[in-house]
Amino acid sequence: MTPELGHFALILAFVVALIQGILPLIGAQRNHGQWVALARPAAQTQFLLIAFAFACLAHGFLNNDFSVAYIAHHSNTQLPTLYRFSAVWGGHEGSLLLWVLMLAGWAAAVSVSSRHLPETMVARVLAVLGLVSIGLLAFVLFTSNPFDRLLPAPAEGRDLNPLLQDPGLVFHPPMLYMGYVGFSVAFAFAIAALISGRLDAAWARWSRPWTTAAWVFLTLGIALGSWWAYYELGWGGWWFWDPVENASFLPWLVGTALIHSLAVTEKRGSFKNWTVLLAIAAFSLSLLGTFLVRSGVLTSVHAFATDPRRGVFILILLAIVVGGSLLLFAWRAPKVHAGGNSGLFSRETLLLMNNVLLVVAAGSVLLGTLYPLLIDALNMGKLSVGPPYFNAVFVPIMVPLLLLVGIGPLARWKHADLKDITARLRVAAVLAVLAGIALPKLMGEWSALTALGCLIAVWITASGVFQIIERLQRGGGLKSAPASFWGMHLAHFGLAVFVIGVTMVGGYQEEKDVRMAPGDTVSVGGYSFRLIGIKEARGPNYLATVGTVELSQDGRVLKNMHPEKRRYLSSSMPMTEAAIDAGFTRDVYVSLGEPLDKPGEKTGAWSVRVYYKPFIDWIWGGCIFMGLGGVLAMLDRRYRIRVKSAETVAETVMSKGTVAGTPA
Amino acid sequence: MKRFLIPLGAFVVLVIFLAIGLTRDPRDVPSPLKDKPAPAFSLPQLGSDKAFSPADMQGRVWLLNVWASWCVSCRQEHPILVAFAKSGNTPIVGLNYKDQIPDAKKWLADFGDPYVLSAVDADGRVGINYGVYGVPETYVIDKAGVIRLKHTGPVTADSLKNQILPLVAALNK
Amino acid sequence: MKRLFHLCFLCVLCAAMVNPVFAREAAPMAADAAIEKRMVLISEELRCLVCQNESLAGSHADLAQDLRREIRTLIGQGKTDQEILDFMVARYGDFVRYRPPVKPTTWLLWGGPFLLLIGGIGVLIAFLRRRAAAPETTALSDEERRRAAALLDDKPS
Repeated sequence: MTPELGHFALILAFVVALIQGILPLIGAQRNHGQWVALARPAAQTQFLLIAFAFACLAHGFLNNDFSVAYIAHHSNTQLPTLYRFSAVWGGHEGSLLLWVLMLAGWAAAVSVSSRHLPETMVARVLAVLGLVSIGLLAFVLFTSNPFDRLLPAPAEGRDLNPLLQDPGLVFHPPMLYMGYVGFSVAFAFAIAALISGRLDAAWARWSRPWTTAAWVFLTLGIALGSWWAYYELGWGGWWFWDPVENASFLPWLVGTALIHSLAVTEKRGSFKNWTVLLAIAAFSLSLLGTFLVRSGVLTSVHAFATDPRRGVFILILLAIVVGGSLLLFAWRAPKVHAGGNSGLFSRETLLLMNNVLLVVAAGSVLLGTLYPLLIDALNMGKLSVGPPYFNAVFVPIMVPLLLLVGIGPLARWKHADLKDITARLRVAAVLAVLAGIALPKLMGEWSALTALGCLIAVWITASGVFQIIERLQRGGGLKSAPASFWGMHLAHFGLAVFVIGVTMVGGYQEEKDVRMAPGDTVSVGGYSFRLIGIKEARGPNYLATVGTVELSQDGRVLKNMHPEKRRYLSSSMPMTEAAIDAGFTRDVYVSLGEPLDKPGEKTGAWSVRVYYKPFIDWIWGGCIFMGLGGVLAMLDRRYRIRVKSAETVAETVMSKGTVAGTPA
Repeated sequence: MKRFLIPLGAFVVLVIFLAIGLTRDPRDVPSPLKDKPAPAFSLPQLGSDKAFSPADMQGRVWLLNVWASWCVSCRQEHPILVAFAKSGNTPIVGLNYKDQIPDAKKWLADFGDPYVLSAVDADGRVGINYGVYGVPETYVIDKAGVIRLKHTGPVTADSLKNQILPLVAALNK
Repeated sequence: MKRLFHLCFLCVLCAAMVNPVFAREAAPMAADAAIEKRMVLISEELRCLVCQNESLAGSHADLAQDLRREIRTLIGQGKTDQEILDFMVARYGDFVRYRPPVKPTTWLLWGGPFLLLIGGIGVLIAFLRRRAAAPETTALSDEERRRAAALLDDKPS
């Protein structure tokens, strides 16, 4: 019964989405106050309905209801409870339901925290979100219903892919989807602004915190995914340029550009068309990512089982949503006012350079990701584009961008004084160069790349610290600077931390692949590993071979580490669980390979891989700082001010706007 | 203003490519060995002291089927191969890939032996020379010893009827 | 940090002294460290065909192990990196190369980012020139800006 209730709730949600997507839009256009007022309750109802459907599916998982095909394919009675819950989004149908839930969640969030916006604006924004929701709910209902029954019900489920039976999977997809889908709000604001012809500083201010919120989730989601791959995939890398990773990275790059260009649009009223285009692009890339993951056009570790009907459906959805938006853009954008003027060298210019570099980087990643598909489509053969290509192309684009990070925040709006900036940055530059020379030498061998990395990290940090000091010297203490100031600097500092992590791991990681029998030792990076023994153990739904490896430094025993090789009972799929000792300045990482005894031998030898990874946790630590920076920026007072008469503001700020609807 | 149509134009091109992409299988990697002479080798035959070399099949159209007892999807195609072998249409040579000889023998005894003989590629080196990456794989080799088709994955009734048989018939002319 | 490397050496010594019977330095899987290093560098450039989205260096697949062994053999025979890549491409096609070769079909791939950058900078310069030349046409007058700011209760910044 529960699955049918869930299915029914989804159908109702679809109907509500139709109402939410169509009536408020017409209402806002024609000045029907009642239709406009429908938007909020519709968005909230839709969210509740989808949340109910989601709960029904989760209920089925927790109770092992294998009469539901999706549950039978992705769960198992032996699966621990936590993973039975996270298995809800462990496959195509459920993760799509999560996607739709997030979309409805964002719409509901907009509906409750938009009291200070003009009603017509809210109506249009929610309607656009409703329209997107119609498409995705139709996708769920017509091609990917998670509630389809499987009769007769099997006694046992097929189990969740062991790769996904990990705490990382509990958090990674929801975070990632929150980010991915969150860009729909920025998108909806952009479309609403284009429809109303009201593309201005007020619009930028309204959509800014939403964009930042989505960006924070996406940043953390990507970081979690990277961390998960690092410890779960068992070969110690943290980024693989897999098409699906790229699919989440593309909206991040464009979203980062969007955050920066929104700043210009809000403060200076400039670049409006460009900002709107970026908002459309960020969400379009999220949808493109969804298409790439779920259509099977690219091979990937993450790709879901493919069904051509689904690919066709999302492609059509993509064409309608993105094509429609770009058409609207082409129609409306030419009429938009150019906005504030500025000198050749100004903060605007520097932010534009940031945008150009980020968009070029995104374009290059997109090109590399889709190129195999393009070549195949033109019948010119099959080829692969992998990490060597992306590293060769991406890094050179990022270097000037990272250098700009040190300069941009110092420049004034409108007209910046190059001489003044040079003078203020002199010390930071000297420090950076010194760091580039000295830091790599402290770590070991000096190389141009590690020097560049250290230089950039210190450059960004020093420049930020000096700006903070300058600001404090101007008086007023810590409180005088707005939260967004601290947010920006924290995020930029996160970038510096990230760069240190990447540089150090890239330059100084050590690894050894050895044959180890009990008693043998191996050392990397100043740490010594001794294999104590290997024994069999049983987990809740797997058998494991567990090694005990004693980690010591300087002859002092630090701890025992337990790398595992697991064999899951239901799928008999082998999994490598590395043992990691994480630390502030390094991780050490042990992973069991294969038993090496030939038949008849009894040495108990295994192939073992040990790594020393200096500063690797800084990669994710940096991401956390970036995320926290985003959170601080969102908390800036100016976004929370409730304006008594939003309409008046809108009219004042608008260069040309039609104001309709009832006052807030 | 035309420049505002550029994003839309670019997107339309992208959608066209994605649509074509939907009709392709990204996992289907064409072999560069097609229309090249089958790499020479000399391997012992399963259950015999004799050796086998592709040159032995000179002048005949034949199939080289890569199989192993540990390979799950080999079992799927096996009945089709057994039936095909009974028809006497074309000789099938097996390449027993990275297998244990007793296992391989037992497997053929259990499920039937469609092969005129099986060459034993114990360390997989010949497999590498043939670009094997997903057992089972099947090669159609013509009278001059040139590879004319490589089929990756289990042979299905459909691929046998529509791909392999017409090609074999054409080559036998 | 340099100390680490001394420590590393000390550790081996200590471990050896603490447990003289048991503790042996584990033998590297690779017979020859130099060959191994080159093998890893080459195999990072190659795609594992079985799992398709891992490099040959990172893959645990059986075939990947065989191919790594093959690369070691080829290195031992004195083959150059290019010859080894050619060996792989001859068997599996361009698909195995993670770094696509530069040839007419990949000109766009390799040149694309560069073109994008040039184009982006070009558009940026044209845009800035036009703006710098244009008369002051701020959407908001300073008076409007102040009023807006006052209404939004924002400090003018």
